[in-house]
Amino acid sequence: MSLVDLESLAARVPDGSRLAMPPDNSLPSVALAKALIRRGVRGLRLVGVPTSGFATDILVGAGCVAEVETSAVSLGEAGFAPRFSAALKAGEIEMKDATCPAIHTMLQASEKGVPFMPLRGIIGSDILAHRPDWRVMDNPFAESGDPIVLLPALQPDFGVFHAVMADAKGNVWLGRKRECATIAHASKASLVTVERVVEGDFLADETLAPGCISATYIDGIAIAERGARPVALLDEYRMDTAYISDYARMAKSAEGFREWLAIHVFETRAAAAE
Amino acid sequence: MSDCKPEEFLAATICRLVLDPSAPTARHVAVGAASPVPAAACYLAQKLGYPIRLSLLARTQGNPFSDGTRELFDLTGQGRIDLFFLGGGQIDGEANLNLVGTGEWPGKGVRFPGSFGSAFMYMMTPRIILFREEHSPRVLVQKVDNISANGVSPPGVFRRGHAQALVTGRCVFRFHPDRARFSLASVHAGETVDSIRAATGFDFDVDGEVPQTPAPSDQELALLRGAVCDEMLETYPDFCARVFGRKLAA
Repeated sequence: MSLVDLESLAARVPDGSRLAMPPDNSLPSVALAKALIRRGVRGLRLVGVPTSGFATDILVGAGCVAEVETSAVSLGEAGFAPRFSAALKAGEIEMKDATCPAIHTMLQASEKGVPFMPLRGIIGSDILAHRPDWRVMDNPFAESGDPIVLLPALQPDFGVFHAVMADAKGNVWLGRKRECATIAHASKASLVTVERVVEGDFLADETLAPGCISATYIDGIAIAERGARPVALLDEYRMDTAYISDYARMAKSAEGFREWLAIHVFETRAAAAE
Repeated sequence: MSDCKPEEFLAATICRLVLDPSAPTARHVAVGAASPVPAAACYLAQKLGYPIRLSLLARTQGNPFSDGTRELFDLTGQGRIDLFFLGGGQIDGEANLNLVGTGEWPGKGVRFPGSFGSAFMYMMTPRIILFREEHSPRVLVQKVDNISANGVSPPGVFRRGHAQALVTGRCVFRFHPDRARFSLASVHAGETVDSIRAATGFDFDVDGEVPQTPAPSDQELALLRGAVCDEMLETYPDFCARVFGRKLAA
């Protein structure tokens, strides 16, 4: 298995890469997002599967992002995502609005290796009018006209998420958060942070195997304890709502955000290295 | 009844719409992430004895889906979710929803979070109940700036259903997809047809005498504060503390 340290994992992501990440009700790797900011990556194209949250907002705020493709960006109870909103208004990022099942469907097309997949709904939404890459055709199996949307396969360069643990074979386990499996299957490569590495082989265990993503899809693993924080990790730790509201308050201004970065992204590393 | 909280009132009101015998039966209802009032309404329907399968997306422990978040949309695509709830930063008189933002696309004025699954769920669910507590001309507009999800579709476009109703902090509107207009179904205590007109940016129909929205019964209130709150404490702790004055045991 490919176990590296967190900063080395971040170093594998070239500028301009397309990264798929799960939102805050799933398992984002906030640890890797922070490491990417420290590495100074630029021009990322982020895909929220199917929406985006905290990790996206800090990457956008730090100037790492050129494009966001997602169905929503939010800090949940803490409100709108402040740096995303500011960057959108300033025209600093390209926004490709989607709707949740369209993101899933585009990734599922990549999973299957087919060029597109159809999806119901959407016709009449302005989302479609602003997505020249989405097409409408008549269902060829219907007897009369039946328009349906065709979505192109979306293959991210990297899937990026956090998992509970990795085993000696490089499989990772994250329980029911199967959107991360969709991300891993559809992406060219996946970079995963985990709380811990354990002995054995999850795939040899009937109860663990269904919540596992096979090493086939995983190209790099780094240990990052509490690597989802402030987002929750299954039943291991809860969402740190105070941390998120603190962030939402500071990140209202560009200056406050820079201060937040200095404390929570750059200084943390200095402290950890001591 | 005077001590009934607005959230309790709205939950009981939505519960009656869920159980509306003139609407297709709701066997499986899904409730989105930030929707404690609709969740309370559905739990109330369950506790009143109606056999509803309730899938709460916000649940962490015991989340209904084991195949990832796409499972909700796959179920809905098949027609296996009977009822869903949607809101909007703007809602217009044709029941179009704007969750993207005001001004030019994609929200050059005020950007809202985004459309989530609305562009799909609105068309693929047999019944949608729209819920937005704020009832003001800035939310209920004549025409939304951007359409996340459209209230009606042209003939020939596959669509399972439409908005059944729009519930706000002031009234209940019914939606009529045949004429793409709302009509005023009932006004909450303290409101009149005129006060609703003044607070609403879109035109709507008034057919005859408009009744007052009934307050929750003693049984409904007791269930909301007891068995419904029990179900919701884990998922919506802040809501339960604020509305029912109860906290999770530490």
